[in-house]
This record gives sequence, C-alpha cells and structure tokens, in this order.
Amino acid sequence: MPELTLVDAVNLALARALEEDPNVVVFGEDVGVNGGVFRATNGLQQRFGSERVFDTPLSELLISGLCVGMAAQGLRPVGEIQFLGFLYPCIDQLVNHASRLRNRTQGRLTCPMVLRAPHGAGIRAPEHHSEATEAMLAHIPGLRVVIPSSPERAYGLLLSAIRDPDPVVFLEPTRIYRSAKDLVDDTGEALPMDVAFVEREGRDITLISWGAMLKDTLQATEELSRSGIEAEVIDLATLKPYDEQTVLGSVAKTGRCVIVHEAARTGGFGAEIAALIAERALLSLLAPITRVTGYDTIIPLPRLERSYMPSVPRIVAAARKTCEFG
Amino acid sequence: MADRNFPVIARFEVRRRAYLAPDGSPLTELPSLARNRERVVSLYRMMVLARTFDMKAVSLQRTGRLGTYAVSLGQEAVTIGAASAMRTEDVLLPSYRDNGALLWRGVKMEEILLFWGGDERGNHWSGPAHDFPPSIPVGSHAPHAAGVASAFKYRKEPLVAVCLFGDGATSKGDVWEAMNFSGVQKLPVVFVVNNNQWAISVPLQLQTASETIAQKAIAAGFAGEQVDGNDVIAVHAAVAEAVEYARKGGGPRLIEAVTYRLGDHTTADDASRYRSPDEVKQRWKEEPISRVRHYLVAQMHWSKSEEEVLLKDCERQVDQAVEVYLASEPRPAQTMFDHLYATLPSVYAAQRQETSEW
Repeated sequence: MPELTLVDAVNLALARALEEDPNVVVFGEDVGVNGGVFRATNGLQQRFGSERVFDTPLSELLISGLCVGMAAQGLRPVGEIQFLGFLYPCIDQLVNHASRLRNRTQGRLTCPMVLRAPHGAGIRAPEHHSEATEAMLAHIPGLRVVIPSSPERAYGLLLSAIRDPDPVVFLEPTRIYRSAKDLVDDTGEALPMDVAFVEREGRDITLISWGAMLKDTLQATEELSRSGIEAEVIDLATLKPYDEQTVLGSVAKTGRCVIVHEAARTGGFGAEIAALIAERALLSLLAPITRVTGYDTIIPLPRLERSYMPSVPRIVAAARKTCEFG
Repeated sequence: MADRNFPVIARFEVRRRAYLAPDGSPLTELPSLARNRERVVSLYRMMVLARTFDMKAVSLQRTGRLGTYAVSLGQEAVTIGAASAMRTEDVLLPSYRDNGALLWRGVKMEEILLFWGGDERGNHWSGPAHDFPPSIPVGSHAPHAAGVASAFKYRKEPLVAVCLFGDGATSKGDVWEAMNFSGVQKLPVVFVVNNNQWAISVPLQLQTASETIAQKAIAAGFAGEQVDGNDVIAVHAAVAEAVEYARKGGGPRLIEAVTYRLGDHTTADDASRYRSPDEVKQRWKEEPISRVRHYLVAQMHWSKSEEEVLLKDCERQVDQAVEVYLASEPRPAQTMFDHLYATLPSVYAAQRQETSEW
C-alpha cells in the first residue's frame, strides 16, 4: 500500500474513476499537459488522452457550465477550479442550474458533476488564493459540499462524489495537500458522503472541524489530554447535507462543544451546527457552544494569515474555557 | 453559410503596427516620439529598471524573502508603452503582470515588493491614488474600466481608463461584457491586451480560434489593432492614439500587443513542463529591451558609458528598494480590521482586540 499525500490521493481517485467509467471526463485550467497547478491531475492526460482530460480556456464560468451540460447528457464531468477564490463566476451555474436541474425538470434531467477546488489559507499564497467560503456553497440547496481532511478521506470521498448522481463541490485543503501522508490502497472503495467521522473518542467535550483545521484540532486534544480533558473530535467531512446525528449524539454524551473552522465567523458553517445543537440538544449542554474561527475580516495577505487562522492555542483555550464553565 | 447570391453587409480589417525590427532597425517611417532621444531613453530606462527589478524579485522569492511572484520578463514594452501613453489623471486598471506600468505611474518598487511579500500596504502606494490595484482574478477588472470610463463620461471629464489584461482574460465573459457596454456607450476606455501567448500552461491556440484578439473589438462595435508588443514605440504610439481618440469622445479601442512570456507564469510555475526551451530561446531574439538599445545605439548615438551608467543606476535603485522592503516591520495583527469598513462596526471590536491576544 503506497504512502500518499492528499494531492496524490486526489490524483489516484481521479485515475480510478477515469479507469472504471468511460463517462468520466476531467478538465479545467492547466489540468492537461501541466497536470494542474497543484499536480492533482498529473499524468492523467498522458494516460487517458486529451479527449477525456483537457485544458479549457481561462473561464471558470465555462468550466462549471460545461459540467452542467455534460452531466445532463450522462457524462460524469469533474471540473477543476484553480483556487476557491476564482470559483465565484461559477455561482450562477451552481445556484441557478447545477443544484436545481433535477428539481426543475422533476427528475427528467440530472446533474452528476463534481467541481473541485483548493480550499483555505496557510500556504503563503497571493491575494485571492486563500479563501474558505464553504458556508456560502453549503447554503445552496441541492448541492453536496465535501471537504476531506486526509489523503485517505480524499481518495474515498472523491470517488463517492464522482459516482454520486447529484452535483458535488469538492474542496481540497491546500495547507495539507502535501503535509500529511496516509497509506492509501487503490481498492476503488468509496467513503460515504453525508457521514461525519468520529476521529477520536472522548467524554468531556466535542470538538467539530473539517478540512485542514482538523489537524490542528487533533493536536489540541493532546494538550487537553495532558490536563485531564478527553475531547471527542468529529471530522464533519461533508458539510452539505451533514450528519446531524453524529453531532447530536456526541454532544449528548459530552455536553460541551467547540466548533473550529478557518472561515470567517459570521454566517460560517459553525453557526449552522451551533443552531442545530441549540434546537435539538439544548438540554444536554453544560456550557455555551464556542466557535474558534477566522475573523470577520478579509483573509489577510501571507504576513498576517497565521494571525487570522485559528491556532492550536486558540482551540485549547476555547476548549478549556468551555470545560471550566459552570 | 449564405452563398454569393446574398449581399455582403459588413467587411472588417485588422492592421498590425510595428516600427522597429528585432535588431532595432526602422521598418517604416517612425512616429515623432521615436525621434526624441530624451523620450526614447526614458522608455528604455524604465524598461531596464523593470527588468532589473523583476530579476531581483525572483531571486528574493527563491531565497524565501518574497511570496509567490508573477514574473514580468518580456512584458516591458507592453506595460511601459501603454502607461507612458497616459496622463497622470487618467486611470490605470492593471493586471498582476504589469509592474512596468506601475513603475511608470510612480509606484515605488518597495511597495510592489510589499504586496508580493504578503502585505496589503503595498497597494496603498505612491502612484496615482485613483489607479486600481493589480487585478488577480483574471479579467475581472475589465468591467471596472467600463465603470471608471462611465464616471468620466457622466462628469464630462476629458479622461481615459486604460485596462491591461492578458490573452487568457479574453476568454472570460467579464472582458467581453465590459467591451460590449463600452462600445454601446462609446466610453473613453482603452483595452490593452498583453498577448504573451501563454495563460500559465495553456497556449493561445487553445484559448481562442480567433485569428487575432484585436478583431474581438469589432463585434463590440469599435476598432481593434494589433501591435508588435516587443516594440515599445509601436505600443506607445498605438495606445497614445487610442487614448487621445477616447479622450475626444471617439469611444473605446482595443490594442492587442503581441509579445511573449519569457519567464514562468509565477515563481510557483515551471514552464519547462509544457513548452520547449527552444521555443523560449527563439523568442528571446525578439525581446523588447535589446531592440530599443540597438535602436538607440544605431540611431541616437547611445554610448557605452551612458549604457553603463544607466545599468548601474537601475541596480542601485533596485537595491535601495529591496533594503527598504526587507527592513519593513510586519503590521500589527489588529490592523487586519482597519480598512474593512470606513468605521469598524462596534460588534467587531472584540474580534479586533482578540487578534492581538494570540
């Protein structure tokens, strides 16, 4: 079983999907000869040909719109948006078409497409290359929004996304594209979407996160553990639709909850989770729910990006305070 | 298609302008600018400065002292030719590969370094306060140029918006939509396309099947012209004519400057993955700076000592800028809120405070 980075795992899943289903096509800016700016599609054009893996002109709107048309025709398009900050021209296609083609036609036409995009900050990238606007996408009814937190999860969830009969936005955390390696076996076995993963069991507090922040959240548990706090960690993985039961079950057990995400706080996906818990598990709570998030400002350029993103000490402090409450 | 029994109802032509051959020799009668030694030298000086700066910026990035940097190598005639055709009061809307234009407009090199070094203060620059910061999302600033030009028209000001973007940007709806509206409204705007043949790894022939980018203007109802984008005299002359035409109320124009991206897309890119070194080597023969130098030497008695002084002067200026940049202190974390709104809503005061606690 090879040890793979997250970007390698994405590549492996794409290759697997191209291999097993002739309807799968992969395209975007620089995905062909160059193999993608992060090399997620490296070697795929050589292996599967330029009819199935190809470069588009520089137009994100086109990439997302092509996906809709191809998907309605029964292909399984996987479009790549180079950075999440460049995805916004696709919003029209995602909100008005991809997410609602099935509903508009009452099932006559469907939209089994995947739109992949790098997600998040922390790689000292230029302006507009560090966005974490998953909540905006998760607000769109009819879409699935997935953010893997490890190579293994990237492989399994991307296969699920490609095989799914509905549109999926698949966000890949750039900060952990190459920083962590997993043993990933190319079995073709998908991981379920819409299911949250309990990453670590614990009795005292529930920490919920996704994407690159999961690593920091897990790191925080080590320090918490040293001071006697055993945290349960949930990798939400799929934000839309998300696994409410796992969240509620964990909070019912621990009575305390901290949600960690690098996106800005107001209207972030943490707010949705907090609202769910308030609605359905209020009486289990022993302390107020706390969010550790990016601030409600523009993600700063690299010199200050680390000050913007939640850090391990911030997560530890929030968890401690929540545990000390009452 | 309709056969010859049907009448032709429209015909169009696109011309290509070039004054200097790659060896600097005149190809045709030169415009007056080319006969003014001082002005040619000032263009040449800025081109050399831009390149010296560019090389330095790349080496700073390679040694971990600058963030990802978009290389400008080979774009000097386009950016400086265009910017030098503007008045200070005109508005520049640049893309991210237009450092030459920024320098001409008075942006300091340490400010450009600050931006690419990851500090927003680099955009709070010494250049014209009304100029736009470089647009990173490709082509998304073209509609802003139409907006700026609309404001000029509304206020009846004799000013022009000049918008720079690359060949890749012409595939985006933003650019077409901006051109379309500008044509309809006869706006005082000039679109300058830095056609450097490559959008990261995607070559022009995968970007458009159009014979020229210049002809895209025709569909928007105004004239497009192609110029040799390695000939600073040609770029300057074409943009200057377009700018003055727009200023007089003639409406927009598109100038397609055909050049070549001699460097990688950015320092994060490796162009050897998708284009041959031979191609790049060939294109070096057409590069814009030696062309002006040959012209100056052959036609304007440009001496070796003048050249040496100029080179040394450029290097000194760049070194000084680098020193200032490297000495710059990071801004305090809480300043990330300082320019979010005119007045920070009180609800964010606690968050602002929190940034300095970690």
